[in-house]
Amino acid sequence: MKEEIIIAGFGGQGVLSMGKILAYSGLMEDKEVTWMPSYGPEQRGGTANVTVILSDERISSPILNAYDTAVVLNQQSLDRFESKVKPGGVLIYDSYGIHTPPKRTDIKVYHINAMEATFELKNNKAFNMIVLGALLKVKPIVAVESVLKGLKKTLPERHHNLIPMNEEALHRGVDIMEE
Amino acid sequence: MDINDIIKPENRVYKRPALLNDTHMHYCPGCSHGVVHKLIAEILEEMNAEDKAIGVAPVGCAVFAYNYIDVDFIEAAHGRAPAVATAIKRLQPDKLVFTYQGDGDLAAIGTAETIHAANRGENIAIVFINNAIYGMTGGQMAPTTLLGMKTATTPYGRRADLNGYPLAISNLVAQLDGACYVTRQSVHTPAAVRKAKAAIRKAFENSMAGKGTSLVEIVSTCNSGWKLPPVQANEWMKEHMFEKYPIGDLKNV
Amino acid sequence: MEEVRLMKGNEALAHAAIRYGADGYFGYPITPQSEVLETLEDEMPWETTGMVVLQAESEVAAINMVYAGAGCGKAVFTSSSSPGVSLMQEGISYIAASELPALIINVMRGGPGLGTIHPSQADYFQACKGGGHGDYHAIVLAPSSVQEMCDFVSLGWDLAFKYRTPAMILADGIVGQMMEKVVLPEQRPRRTEEQIRQQCPWATTGKKGRKQNIITSLELDDDRMEQNNLRFQRTYREIEKNETRCELINTDGCDYLLVAFGSMARICQKVMELAAEKGIKLGLVRPITLWPFPAQQIADAAKGCKGILTVELDAGQMIEDVKLAVNCNVEVKHYGRLGGNVPTPDEVLAALENLFINK
Repeated sequence: MKEEIIIAGFGGQGVLSMGKILAYSGLMEDKEVTWMPSYGPEQRGGTANVTVILSDERISSPILNAYDTAVVLNQQSLDRFESKVKPGGVLIYDSYGIHTPPKRTDIKVYHINAMEATFELKNNKAFNMIVLGALLKVKPIVAVESVLKGLKKTLPERHHNLIPMNEEALHRGVDIMEE
Repeated sequence: MDINDIIKPENRVYKRPALLNDTHMHYCPGCSHGVVHKLIAEILEEMNAEDKAIGVAPVGCAVFAYNYIDVDFIEAAHGRAPAVATAIKRLQPDKLVFTYQGDGDLAAIGTAETIHAANRGENIAIVFINNAIYGMTGGQMAPTTLLGMKTATTPYGRRADLNGYPLAISNLVAQLDGACYVTRQSVHTPAAVRKAKAAIRKAFENSMAGKGTSLVEIVSTCNSGWKLPPVQANEWMKEHMFEKYPIGDLKNV
Repeated sequence: MEEVRLMKGNEALAHAAIRYGADGYFGYPITPQSEVLETLEDEMPWETTGMVVLQAESEVAAINMVYAGAGCGKAVFTSSSSPGVSLMQEGISYIAASELPALIINVMRGGPGLGTIHPSQADYFQACKGGGHGDYHAIVLAPSSVQEMCDFVSLGWDLAFKYRTPAMILADGIVGQMMEKVVLPEQRPRRTEEQIRQQCPWATTGKKGRKQNIITSLELDDDRMEQNNLRFQRTYREIEKNETRCELINTDGCDYLLVAFGSMARICQKVMELAAEKGIKLGLVRPITLWPFPAQQIADAAKGCKGILTVELDAGQMIEDVKLAVNCNVEVKHYGRLGGNVPTPDEVLAALENLFINK
């Protein structure tokens, strides 16, 4: 198994931390993982993206030209990464603020309304966990249990009270993808 | 009575400090460095600090201080002595750490290190020789050179409009919360030498007591650079240097 | 069984240093390596191992603090990125000339000048060919994974102490910023004062029971200074003989040979996968020590191959050493991106095809 993923959106949407949670979940399943962010202070408020690779074998390059899966959360990222999805691959995008939807027909395109779901949950911090839930519904790269296990492991004790909220958001993501 | 009747141990009233090496110094006749070196050697001996003293030598005339004062020494790059002393003291807090720096080293190229070491309150002692000129490189202008003073790079005298003003850096350091003791002394008379010794001793004791940064400025002469015989250089210093750099404590907490 | 963790290269390096039993870190923030100082401040090792951590007023002060700490026989280090490392060059020259062991980390970013914060390998010349003034070398290690960011801390210090010379970890923004699995070493105790006195009898530890120790690089007597230089050079020949390291991947019977270090070696492994799909057999030599350079290993691996491509995040620096290594017996070309840009694997493969196969 090897999955090469790009997650891209605005800085502040939780793009990098969503990638981190995915990477930790891979770690929980003894997979090889690489998390490579676009970095630097200019990401704040600008665009941010992260490449996450999960594999059963040693990972070569952390920098890729094509991805199995792209998760894009704004128009800029959609414009940039639509063409980088491998034929037969998956593109998931959040519809909020998208004026020009993807056009490719040789890939599987899913759109979600995660931003709206955060309004319903009255929790804008849950956004990236909703997106992650949706991703895992389409592509069960890691088990939802591994995500929760990873959260428990990486969050400091004092923040463990946030885990139920994250779990709810994750399931919400699974649900909206079903819709 | 011949001379051998006089040279006897019981008649001895003064000796070379044990920590001052018995070697020819490269300093010019009349230079203050020799006197201050001797004071440091005496103080370290009196404090029984021979085994725990680590000195930091500058770039400048005193670059070879380690050849004369017989304790462990690190030779710092130009101006970096306070940074070097910072690391020595932080890594070996039981040691007596002092720097020995001239005006170019401390107040020009090393201003940032001087200010920040003192501002952090590093437990080090800084001995600062201010003779208002670059001695080793051949008498060029120093940050502390007085207005009107002729040097190799201000051949017609220092001008404020061209070269800026003489920098009283000890006054600056005294403003910093991390500095516990800042004083200005000289070594041109026996009385002044005694006061300077007491000041350096206090600075060294502060280093061991962890009270913060101490700076002892010694207003000095440079007969070669000033092109004056030693006695006249002392007179010139009293007349001109003490006006801009008055002797006395600037801070003592 | 050691716990497997997920960390950035910069974080792994900081943890590895604490666990090595480091005595002190002196540094100044600069992207993309600020996580080193941030991790150390967060871990508060002064409460556990007694390690000193200090945010200095500048890179200049930081490297001189490292010089002083090394002079005291302590295991001290600093980290920075390209512009900051330029500021440190004088200090590194002093450390080399005073024959002191120290560890310096450069997480390279694109230059010249203030440049960009994104990855680069354009400090190869600076790291391997001197950087500062005078005839000296630092041992230069090039990590290509987070695990190596961790492992090269102890390797770097061990070599630095063995040869009394500065060692540099030459990483880049990719290796510093990416997260991968890492197994940290066991916590080692810091050396005691007595152990330091024994290991480093030359150090300024206070002259108890011995003659005065002096740490200096100044020697105004030309003949003695020449002897000092000859001694340094003997050490460098010793290091070249004993410490040259590289990784060879599929070099036997390859059509073309790639030579790349650090993050570029990772990208080249993907290039090899893509090339294999097209029936092109690629081998890879990954220098682990950039100085001493694995010239002989490259010459051996290049025998029988049709060409060599060096892949670098610069305008062609390491290629000079590769050309010297093969002595013009094999054609050597370079492909690189500049200014913080990173080539994708297919881009590198296309370059290889254009330069050698379809030319």
